[in-house]
Amino acid sequence: MLVTFYLNNVRVSYDVRPDEYLAETLRSHGVKSVKVGCNETSCGSCTVLLENRPAMSCGILSASIEGKHITTVEGIQEEAARIAYFFGEEGADQCGFCNAGYALTIYALKRELKNPTDDEIKDYIVGNLCRCSGMQSQLNAIKAYLKEE
Amino acid sequence: MTYDKKKFRVVNHKTHSIDGVGLMQGRSFYTDDLAEQNSLVIKILRSPHAFAHIKSIDVSEAQKLNGVALVLTYKDVPHVSFSRAGQGYPEPSPHDKFILDEYVRYVGDEVAMVAAIDERTAEEALKLIKVEYEVLEPVLDFETAFENKSVIHPEDGICEMFPIGFDPKKNVAASYEMEVGNVEEELKKSDVIVDETFYSQAQAHAMLETHSSNARLDEHNRLVIYSSTQTPFHMRRIMATTLGLPVSKIRFIKPRVGGGFGGKQAFHGEFFCALTTLRTGKPSKMVYTREEVFGASYTRHPMRIRMRIGAMKDGRINAIDCRSLSDTGAYGEHSLTVFMIVGSKVLPLYNKVDAVKFGGQVVYTNHVPAGAYRGYGAIQGNYALEATIDILAEKLGMNPKEIREKNSMREKETSPIFEIMGEGTKGTAMIMESCKLPYCIKRGAELINWKENWPRKVVGENKVRGYGMAIAMQGSGIPFMDMGSCTIKLNDGGSFNVLVGATDIGQGSDTLIAKIVAEELEVPLEDILVYSSDTDLTPFDCGAYASSTTYISGNAAWKAAQKMRARLIKEAAAFLGVKEDDVEFDGKLFTAKDKHVSLYDLSVQWLYNKDLHQVSVTESYFGHVSPPPFMAAYAEVEVDLETGEYEILNYVTVTDSGTTINPMLARGQVEGGVVQGLGMACFEDVKYDKKGNLLSNNFLSYHIPTHKEIHKLTSEFADSYEPTGPFGAKSVGEIGIDTPPAVICNAIYNATGVRVHTLPITPEKILKGLKELKK
Repeated sequence: MLVTFYLNNVRVSYDVRPDEYLAETLRSHGVKSVKVGCNETSCGSCTVLLENRPAMSCGILSASIEGKHITTVEGIQEEAARIAYFFGEEGADQCGFCNAGYALTIYALKRELKNPTDDEIKDYIVGNLCRCSGMQSQLNAIKAYLKEE
Repeated sequence: MTYDKKKFRVVNHKTHSIDGVGLMQGRSFYTDDLAEQNSLVIKILRSPHAFAHIKSIDVSEAQKLNGVALVLTYKDVPHVSFSRAGQGYPEPSPHDKFILDEYVRYVGDEVAMVAAIDERTAEEALKLIKVEYEVLEPVLDFETAFENKSVIHPEDGICEMFPIGFDPKKNVAASYEMEVGNVEEELKKSDVIVDETFYSQAQAHAMLETHSSNARLDEHNRLVIYSSTQTPFHMRRIMATTLGLPVSKIRFIKPRVGGGFGGKQAFHGEFFCALTTLRTGKPSKMVYTREEVFGASYTRHPMRIRMRIGAMKDGRINAIDCRSLSDTGAYGEHSLTVFMIVGSKVLPLYNKVDAVKFGGQVVYTNHVPAGAYRGYGAIQGNYALEATIDILAEKLGMNPKEIREKNSMREKETSPIFEIMGEGTKGTAMIMESCKLPYCIKRGAELINWKENWPRKVVGENKVRGYGMAIAMQGSGIPFMDMGSCTIKLNDGGSFNVLVGATDIGQGSDTLIAKIVAEELEVPLEDILVYSSDTDLTPFDCGAYASSTTYISGNAAWKAAQKMRARLIKEAAAFLGVKEDDVEFDGKLFTAKDKHVSLYDLSVQWLYNKDLHQVSVTESYFGHVSPPPFMAAYAEVEVDLETGEYEILNYVTVTDSGTTINPMLARGQVEGGVVQGLGMACFEDVKYDKKGNLLSNNFLSYHIPTHKEIHKLTSEFADSYEPTGPFGAKSVGEIGIDTPPAVICNAIYNATGVRVHTLPITPEKILKGLKELKK
């Protein structure tokens, strides 16, 4: 079946199966920044923005996004570089596999919550797993990014 | 040579990872991103039984399915035993695995392989394979494995490469014994003896990128394999030997790797990709599902460790006896070497003993195989030793900090264990040229306010804070066995390609090597272009394991950079018509009195205009010693006495890893290790049902630490310089994981009086202990 949606503000139409999830659709169309770490919506590596809110693309049926806006990290390249700067400042970047998903979640967090507490930040990003870092460096990087005008 | 750290320009200064921005922007260079678009997709039929013999297997229906390209069973693959461990040659692990076998030895073991045009077709085909099993009695309790009537490896054709105590008919994968002095005699002389037994559990690696590999034939019909691996060169060798191919026919490429932690030292889908592509001529790929990573790759070796320690009234420890039993699961990858590290990278911490003994067995069971995992035996040994030291201190009426200060390793000292115990073989004697452990202990105590806080503080009706500590050591590579090398090539314009076999798996070794080369050549970091690792293009490296990259590969890069610097000065001197000794180089200009020429001009001239030639150098390095990093760790833990629940309010580490080449990444390694160790200490647990089915097979049933559990990490480094390391550096990749089980165990005891002898330390165990104390 054909589904038409906006991928990083570009209208696209893809032929998908009824049981196909968005992570697979995007990767099979060359959007390899979307990483599959668990394929059961529990690690956050495949995070995309669905109408500007973070969502795990391995749990979104591709057929369900007709007319919707999907943002991947390709759609926020400059902001991703800013976030990378703060991760670099704190030494929070390691293997990088979770990073694109993180960047999208953090980008959405900045636009959704104003002056969040540490606990509010943690609640927002807890779905994005990272096995390399000690978490604290990431939290500090995110806080510094949020402070930036 | 000792360098003045204050004069470093790049090393020991904060720099961002050289690939940090690209990775955050989602650049696609992980293994599966690079698979051929039309790859055949490989899926594995896995055993539903913990132990069984395949009586018959019928794949005819699967083969007939539209879109199926290849089906393989044990009848179709070479019957050559090998070890998937991904180690040097000869391997200290038994050759006890076949690509496919007529026996299956754990739930999840490989029965058959299907390659099809897509995933759905491959999965459909798996359902059509008919297998008749003779179900055998599994061994699911490692304490009953030795001489069990069920023999897990009854087959012919398996072997050890050199004596490792391999005795498969008794379910023994490896065994080891050593003794210095006479432990029993010394224990008799001791005023106080403690005798404690601890159990550590299996832990899952849970790296975010699942195991992934893909294969294709190049225009020369050579087999090219992309693999998410820590050991591309070892893989090339092992695959060539097992498939009977010349090494020249195989090329392994390691792209970006999404975390390893030891789990990617070993083989996963590489053989299936190789066989599929060799037999069909088509590209193929295999990506593990998360369930397969949990249920069909590797775990940490679970262990039982008995510690007997004797001490005199004045607190001097005079004897340590460590007996261990390790569970290697269905196959013996890293069985001996992980086991030996329980002794060799733990017991030398207390080097003033008159006698020390270590030994025991590594047994097979019908569980998911155990393999290499960050810490590699040291975390298990550290839990048992450092909890027992606290018990001993209490018996002696000493402060746990004081007993450690009195008995632990100091600079310029040694331990006889270093010479006796190596990596499956004899070890290498060494003196601790750098050991700031006394400073680490002292500074950590200040940071946690040990003097005021130890052992406990009551903070509410049912809330108590407990304070615990431990010390730890690791190593830096395997002396005389592991080698790294580096090629540096000058480009026009004055940038340098740095080609290394060193395997960046996310720990940041590409950045670290760039910094070492930039420091030596005095050129900007952005002019150093690191490429790792490709068995065709980069020089050899043993790979990322045994905390070797900074020390071994870093030293190779440093040697290569020194050679390049000397070469450039020699050639510039010839150009300027002066003596080499008169030439100074500041990264841009070669100057000799009133004459000068730029690197830029020379580099362009050599490629295009005059005296045409390529300037390049290659150097190698192998360790003659393995200088240990040291650490002291402390924790403040708040326990709810009603529920047994606890939170870690602050985890303090002070680490001696020599010069930190990249202070931010070094902190990242320590803190990442600490948090992974806290997972093991507090809640991570690989669990099976009574039939050997894995219960913890996803991120919901196997919880790893998240932002919610981590409150505060306080991480400092000692001012230390290792004279044999690159710019004074030692390793930092593993040391962070070693202390949490013992530190949390000690802190919980100090808070509650409950000593937990089995990991993980759960609220249930604490509550049970509290109830028993009340009786």
